[in-house]
Amino acid sequence: MEITDEKLNKLKERANNIRISLIEALVIAGSGHTAGSLDMADIFAVLFFHTLRHDPKKPEWPERDRLVLSNGHICPVLYSAMAHAGYFPVEELKTLRRFGSRLQGHPHRDFLPMLESSSGPLGSGLSQAVGMALADKIDHGLTSERRIYALLSDGEQECGQTWEAAMLAGKEKLHNLIAVIDRNNIQIDGYTENVMPLESLSDKWRAWNWHVIEIDGHNIEEIADAFETARAIFGKPTVIIAHTIAGRGVPEFERDYRWHGKPPSKEEGEMAIKELRTLGGKIKSEYQ
Amino acid sequence: MLNPDLKLNEKMFDRDVEQVSIRQGFGEGLLAAGEKNTQVVGLCADLTESTKMNLFSEKFPNRFIQVGVAEQNLASVASGLAAMGKIPFISSYAMFSPGRNWEQIRTTICYNNRPVKIAGSHTGISVGPDGGTHQAIEDIAITRVIPRMVVLSPCDAIEAKKATLASMDTGTPVYIRLAREKTPVMTTELTPFGIGEAQIFWQSANPQAGIIATGALLHRALLAAKELEEKGTEVEVMNLSTIKPLDEETIIKFARKTGKIVTVEEHQIRGGMGSAVAECLAKNFPVPMEFIGVDDLFGQSGTPDELIEHYNMDTKSIIKAVNKIMKR
Repeated sequence: MEITDEKLNKLKERANNIRISLIEALVIAGSGHTAGSLDMADIFAVLFFHTLRHDPKKPEWPERDRLVLSNGHICPVLYSAMAHAGYFPVEELKTLRRFGSRLQGHPHRDFLPMLESSSGPLGSGLSQAVGMALADKIDHGLTSERRIYALLSDGEQECGQTWEAAMLAGKEKLHNLIAVIDRNNIQIDGYTENVMPLESLSDKWRAWNWHVIEIDGHNIEEIADAFETARAIFGKPTVIIAHTIAGRGVPEFERDYRWHGKPPSKEEGEMAIKELRTLGGKIKSEYQ
Repeated sequence: MLNPDLKLNEKMFDRDVEQVSIRQGFGEGLLAAGEKNTQVVGLCADLTESTKMNLFSEKFPNRFIQVGVAEQNLASVASGLAAMGKIPFISSYAMFSPGRNWEQIRTTICYNNRPVKIAGSHTGISVGPDGGTHQAIEDIAITRVIPRMVVLSPCDAIEAKKATLASMDTGTPVYIRLAREKTPVMTTELTPFGIGEAQIFWQSANPQAGIIATGALLHRALLAAKELEEKGTEVEVMNLSTIKPLDEETIIKFARKTGKIVTVEEHQIRGGMGSAVAECLAKNFPVPMEFIGVDDLFGQSGTPDELIEHYNMDTKSIIKAVNKIMKR
């Protein structure tokens, strides 16, 4: 499906607004994960406003696609995308990580039942998505139009369970399963290739019988195209390795692993939002 | 005497008592569950025949998923299936599930509130020759500590079949504790079963002590009660096959009537069924207690009988514990 320039610009604007809201939420919360949340904003914008078959007004619609966020610590971007898509008021983002909030520090379905999964401990999201895809295959065979999306971090490629799940999905030829890896090259202790070298990631996934697509994780058109291709791949699951820049959107935060697990201060947040709102005057934001 | 209301196997004390493994009961229960409800699916980690899931997988190959030796994946894939409305039963040796994959069970099943049924076979030291690596004697402790988890420990194959079928409809995560070796059948098809319901198998008008047992060791507890009665000491014996939620009402009543309690389980004393009973009684009706179980040790190779004797869980040890508690 060709994506029009108008749609493209709209999606860019969505991504920008997702970033602004998550920065605001993180500043108020005073803790949380900034880098991964920012760098996945473009992918979340495409998913929630273009690719996903879902209905924010009917979160329990049985026929919906499923989205499992495995690396639950980047939930600020999930919550922000959900709020902007209409699942709950954008204003509620300001309750992030507070006592009694539906927006727990790591996603928890007890508090926000419209989540497909509670997550936080790394490495188990893909397995859950595999289970969902298997259920869909049992019920609908190979004709199912439903897709199960699993969003993974690159750090959790170090978890053995990720590979247990990859193996099973390859064996079961789960064409209805699409994984996305946020390849931002950082994790808590440093750069991934220093902590535990992961390359060649693509060869590893191909070896387990997955179709591999590598993209610029900030190019809206490439993201949308990759999902379109993934939906058309038959006979095997697809993994999209999205090359992203940690902290994308705020140059001061970019490419620095120290932003993995801390929030911006009030001043840093104001600076970040100012940059995001103007972005060289290229994007018209609802905040302008 | 045996409780007549429970329609127990009257031949249970005979030398040629029918012996069937508890895991066999699970296999038959799962097959029956699969026939009753098409949403039931089975997953196994390369131990399909050992856990008797083969009865289900042969009948319903399209609802069976072989995940290979990957217990962490086993638990979380089941969580995903449950998220789509399936009722997954997963099986392996208890040492590996819920042993190896405890965190996945805690987070992706229980925290996530997905009604996955976890069947752990080869529990207790009576696994025998395989040795200590394969003898799960910590599984009750690590499952009962997780919120939402129901913990079932059937005493024989027939009760295991009923427990498996009943677990299908709880809407919660359930752990079902199974054992490898053939053990005496104490119940019958007519014996009532309900999750959360403790039953008095051996009754007495004036008991001087009470024994609470779980799993196949219940048979040795009943043998002990019979022998004690012959020597003039009257006790009652409870089958506690649901360890969580605990039937507190029946346990408190039992403590009031018997005054002294000996717990019997093929599990570490620390954290097991006896601990659960002690938690209940310490708060509600404290009585002297003795604990039969593995006393902070690992298992080893041997025949089941050798090991049960070595770890002081045989009939003689139960009688000794009752005699000891009578003096307290």
